[in-house]
Amino acid sequence: MEFSAVLTGTYLEWFITGAKISLVLFLSASVLAFIIALLLVAVRSTGFRPAVWLVQAFVEYHRNVPLLVHMLFWYFAVVQILPMAVQIWINQRSAEFYFAMLALALNYSAYMSEDIRSGLRSLHKGQIEAARALGLNYIQTMRDVILPQAVRIALPPLVGQSLNLFKATSIAMAIGVADMAYSARWVDNATYLTFEAFAVATVFYLVVSSLIIALGSIASKRWRLQT
Amino acid sequence: MIAQIVEIIDVYWLLILVGQFPEGPLGGLALTLCMALAGLIGAIPLALVAGVIRTCPGTIAYYPISAFVHAIRGTPVLLLIFWAYFAVPLLFGGSISGVATVVIALIVYEVAFLAEVLRAGIEALPKGQIEAARTLGLSYRQAMQDVILPQALFNVIPSIISQFINLVKNTSLGYIISVHELTYTAYQVNSQLLTGTLPVFTLLAIIYFCICFSLSQAVSWAERKVERLRIAPQQANGGLR
Repeated sequence: MEFSAVLTGTYLEWFITGAKISLVLFLSASVLAFIIALLLVAVRSTGFRPAVWLVQAFVEYHRNVPLLVHMLFWYFAVVQILPMAVQIWINQRSAEFYFAMLALALNYSAYMSEDIRSGLRSLHKGQIEAARALGLNYIQTMRDVILPQAVRIALPPLVGQSLNLFKATSIAMAIGVADMAYSARWVDNATYLTFEAFAVATVFYLVVSSLIIALGSIASKRWRLQT
Repeated sequence: MIAQIVEIIDVYWLLILVGQFPEGPLGGLALTLCMALAGLIGAIPLALVAGVIRTCPGTIAYYPISAFVHAIRGTPVLLLIFWAYFAVPLLFGGSISGVATVVIALIVYEVAFLAEVLRAGIEALPKGQIEAARTLGLSYRQAMQDVILPQALFNVIPSIISQFINLVKNTSLGYIISVHELTYTAYQVNSQLLTGTLPVFTLLAIIYFCICFSLSQAVSWAERKVERLRIAPQQANGGLR
């Protein structure tokens, strides 16, 4: 074991940068995914047929195509149909990070919207009726009465999805995002200390995963609906 | 766009379907499905053992198996693939092909997930089942083998199919270590064409969608079937407990 060799100087810097990028990617993509998921749920619950179909198609598309394909699609394909000026602008700003974030957020928003929707379905119909009877309009009912409860019910599966999202950030290395998995591979290539390099990355992913699970179960207990 | 996709299918359909086969190694869609199937079939026996052990807290094997399940669930599949690439030659000697690397990583990953699926299936059965079997004089092993597992396995068929969908999606990671499965094949087609990035990746997404969507329809069908054949009659006979 030569952990001291991979945890010094440039290699340590690579790992720290990788860890930072993984965490920033995870946090930004999960916040974005959650917001998109709420929008999807809101659109779907209007009951307007074409909108419902669009949301369903969106959800099925993201659930049935691998995340890697989404990332490659955004990174290689979508970029090319943008106007030249936009392409240049994007390429100057480490585009792969933003495309990875977008792919992750869209993909997991599909899963999260399904979780929130099943939380929604477990709410009593009287909630909406009571809110409407009190004079709240549709948006106020959703924002102040229904969604806060639905999200609290859906918290455990949502935590599960954010854990999946965190693990999936590692796939971003396929389009060149210098995340933790990418750093591990680079340190391995540079030092041939394969075991040590992968062990550092694995411990990182395990620690953050455990933190997500622990914080999630505390939050789920803290904000459980009293019924 | 549609014309371009049709043209790609027209020229590259064989490459996308089976890769270089039969002149070269199997690739493309066929390899994707074979790797996913191998991952599932390889994982089932180990997952059965791990799943049964996970229902018995307090036994010696419970703690290492639980630690394994939690560790795998917190690790990205991609890292498991890296580990397999490094560890398997050390354990068994010799070098290892990319396909074997992905399959071994998928088996390890899937053992942890299927074990939890099976544990849930066993724990969802009425307690009376194991009690009745033991009362009839069956040993724990016989009761598991002849009474509990056949029922639990049938009830979790939908979840096993969902796991297969996950496996199909996870084989795409073979692309990162240059395994010539579907995603990598699409990437190759893309570099040969140079012009049609959007049609190629659209076609790739469509192919995955068709496979995984039909499988997820199979999941809903199997769920209804299990519900009708097993859950509903049990409830009619006085509840699940």
